[in-house]
Amino acid sequence: MAKLTLEFEKPILELEQKIDEMRELSRVNGVDLIDEIQKLDEKLNKLVKKTYSNLNRWQRVQLARHPDRPYTLDYLDKMCSEFIEIHGDRHFADDKSIIAGFATIEKHKVVVIGHQKGRNIKENVYRNFGSPHPEGYRKALRAMKLAEKFNKPVISFIDTQGAYPGIGAEERGQAEAIARNLFEMSRLRTPILICVIGEGASGGALGIGVGDRNIVLENTWYSVISPEGCASILYRDAGKANIAAESMKVTAQDLYELGVADELVTEPDGSAHRNPDATAKKLKSAILRNLDELCAIPADELVRLRIEKYSKMGSWDEE
Amino acid sequence: MVDWFRRTKTGLLSTEKKVIPDGLWIKCPKCSEYLYKRELERNFWICTQCQYHFRISSSNYFTILIDGDYEEFNQKMKSNDPLKFKDSKRYSDRVKEAHAKTGLYDAVVTVEGDIDKHRVVLCVMDFNFVGGSMGSVVGEKISRAIDRAREKKLPLIIVSSSGGARMQEGVLSLMQMAKTSAKLAQFHGEGGFFISILTDPTTGGTTASFAMLGDIIIAEPGALIGFAGERVIKQTIGKDLPEGFQRAEFLLEKGFVDMIIGRSEIKKTIIKLLDFFNDKN
Repeated sequence: MAKLTLEFEKPILELEQKIDEMRELSRVNGVDLIDEIQKLDEKLNKLVKKTYSNLNRWQRVQLARHPDRPYTLDYLDKMCSEFIEIHGDRHFADDKSIIAGFATIEKHKVVVIGHQKGRNIKENVYRNFGSPHPEGYRKALRAMKLAEKFNKPVISFIDTQGAYPGIGAEERGQAEAIARNLFEMSRLRTPILICVIGEGASGGALGIGVGDRNIVLENTWYSVISPEGCASILYRDAGKANIAAESMKVTAQDLYELGVADELVTEPDGSAHRNPDATAKKLKSAILRNLDELCAIPADELVRLRIEKYSKMGSWDEE
Repeated sequence: MVDWFRRTKTGLLSTEKKVIPDGLWIKCPKCSEYLYKRELERNFWICTQCQYHFRISSSNYFTILIDGDYEEFNQKMKSNDPLKFKDSKRYSDRVKEAHAKTGLYDAVVTVEGDIDKHRVVLCVMDFNFVGGSMGSVVGEKISRAIDRAREKKLPLIIVSSSGGARMQEGVLSLMQMAKTSAKLAQFHGEGGFFISILTDPTTGGTTASFAMLGDIIIAEPGALIGFAGERVIKQTIGKDLPEGFQRAEFLLEKGFVDMIIGRSEIKKTIIKLLDFFNDKN
């Protein structure tokens, strides 16, 4: 599969290709190019650092959507010694855009829920591009209720372009399913750890996104609507998504500054899609540290603190 | 009938053009009938011909539901434009214009008052204020209203009319969904009684949070109620939507609202429900 290279990543790709060519040349012709290659490697390192540390918000949105970025199942594969997946909401269907199951991460037994995108057309059709129907939220809730019953913490991975806007989704109560989850998650008597790993679009993300701690990866976005959606409504032009991304302040850094994210995990060398293993390792250590802390808090206190945390969100003036 | 009205109106206009108060006659957006404004007011802003429920302001709702005086709280809480947002206009200007137009400070009014013999906390959203959208102020005012109902052990009623979460406050608007739902969970845990009334329109993040969390959910006839907007759904599925899709009657059929009650009957229904559930004091 051809790799997607974003516009601002092109100089990196070109330099990498040049280095590869020199290595090949050196190998085939037996020419000693070690010094030159080393110089170029250094140049590459600098370029990578410079590129990924100077991104505007729209570029970060693009990275959050990069098809080589690890998805929920990739993280589970890289972090967990065990994962048992469960299916279905016991009412209507199994929604493949949200996965749920039981995982072992080091010493922790956790219930995992998360949006799941596909990597190609076939997978994406199967996963509905990571856009859940009500059944997905209800399956996630079922898993969370199990977590509560058996005293296991919940980890939720957020990565969706939004809850699916379709006839069936409305008929079966998309709004009710999301509202129910917000209600139940806010009072669930077990720790909930939220990890934003890609896109966080609106209620579709929040529907499995209420918790005690909110960890965000560096190149993610999370807002009330997608930049395209905002642009098409307020600017009457979806092409102005870059402006909307700036105006709505959608990045992980923004979330952290606005008090919506509790912890920002930087991505190794600036990008998860280029360093999936190292990213998973960093995220795992953040997850373990937070789990240790949260698991030490009694349930009553945990729920009290969680409600207090959401009570403080927002910004207003009063006389 | 229509002709009779037209002739009357034209006649009046031609002779006494200047003394006719603006908007004495109002055209029903559904059946196009011309309705006499005072008559319409007396009829709870329901079209006398086709029963269309006009979109009304929050103050109209207080007149319909509350007996006598009521106490408004957190009236002057207002947005401080946390993102310094600007599209074709500044968000701060948009809010100022909405204030000038409606006299309100944001899209919800929260009060405590009496309905029959029941003291209640009542929140009414106002679609005239930035489309009834929920930003930090709406979320906070509703949260405080829920807290007040919980602390004073009063029933809670929220009348929704809202386009959803407010874009101009980004993720902070989204978090108001979590905040209000968390407050309701707490209220619920302490035995509070919550009636959610859905009016035209109730969509997006408002529906997907407190509006759908009532112990009892009442919808007004014909109200548009849903999560995703019509245009977005059409674009996504590439098809026209079925007749009556996302209307109150559709939600009743699909099992998401308890009842549809016309505005003229809504107070009676609320009193019956309060008599049934709020009988501990």
